[in-house]
Amino acid sequence: MYIDPHVHMVSRTTDDYQRMALAGCVAITEPAFWAGYDRSSPKGFHDYFSVLTDTEPKRAAQYGIAHHTWLCINPKEAEDPVFAREVIDIIPEFLECESVLGIGEIGLNKNSRNELEILEAHLQLAADHDQMVLVHTPHLEDKRKGTRLIMDAIKNHGVLDPNRVLIDHVEEHTVRDVLDRGYWAGMTLYPDTKCTPQRAADIFEMHGTDRLWINSAGDWGPSDPLAVPKCRDEMRRRGHLEATIRKVSFDNPLEFLSQTGRFRTDVQPTR
Amino acid sequence: MDRYFLEHRAKVLDLAAFLDRVDRAKADAADSDGDFRLDSLRGAIALLLDGESDRAKRVLDLMSDPSTEPIDAAPMKGATGAWDGFKTEATRDGETG
Repeated sequence: MYIDPHVHMVSRTTDDYQRMALAGCVAITEPAFWAGYDRSSPKGFHDYFSVLTDTEPKRAAQYGIAHHTWLCINPKEAEDPVFAREVIDIIPEFLECESVLGIGEIGLNKNSRNELEILEAHLQLAADHDQMVLVHTPHLEDKRKGTRLIMDAIKNHGVLDPNRVLIDHVEEHTVRDVLDRGYWAGMTLYPDTKCTPQRAADIFEMHGTDRLWINSAGDWGPSDPLAVPKCRDEMRRRGHLEATIRKVSFDNPLEFLSQTGRFRTDVQPTR
Repeated sequence: MDRYFLEHRAKVLDLAAFLDRVDRAKADAADSDGDFRLDSLRGAIALLLDGESDRAKRVLDLMSDPSTEPIDAAPMKGATGAWDGFKTEATRDGETG
């Protein structure tokens, strides 16, 4: 039994839901993200948020998977601050939906001033509505700088409790800083551009298992919706205790996400 | 070692074949020397053999943008995988000004 706390099922087929269920997935969370193209209007985001809060929970429930979501405009679409603020303005009407866990995945992409401005607007939105936060950190060469800028922005904002913020996509060069500042941290298991299951297991061995989880971030790019069970298998082959494997792939996400009061793992298959 | 050797033997061969491929392509792509991605890869390979630990972290650090201030505007949505200001010692030695 496991939780995949970051996966973009809007980009995946129903077969993936079935395979994840067969592998033991009981719950997922799906942050709003960049669809691979820029939306032309805030109405496009309204439709997207409707899919995340209505369509996807129904698809997931067919296979006994509890679906939850986080809402935002992704930093990849934050270079136009006026447009981004129009999208942020429509988020509050969705915050009452029972499957919405908070604001995410917000953060930075290329570490620009406009992205930072929109990150701060999202932090204020979260503070105004007492929401938890899921943070995206930049890709590749931009990650270390962006991770530090994001943590500084949250600290300077001064309202959000680090224990209610998860900073995702950490790797060997960022994980220690994130944990030392009191945040939760997520490792994304990608074939090329983030952590492999083997490196994630290494990071657990070097940095411990507290406030740290794994996710597939499966989406429309090279990614694997079964990456979490593959990392569990890697840890099992190395001789880790079942309790340790359960902690990083079920207990830790459950503990963090249960702070929302909305997270559940008990959906019965509807088909 | 039994579990991981063959997998990483294959990865070293992939890397060797990639560098051979770049060499063969030089006639058609004269600017491949000095490409910051290739320079950073060579820097990372040297780092693997320096006998120090924390190799994965240090490779990631080597390929990271070292600046600390936000940039004025995002030039693109994607990332290249290496900091475009990276230069190896050999490249720096060859600079004329």
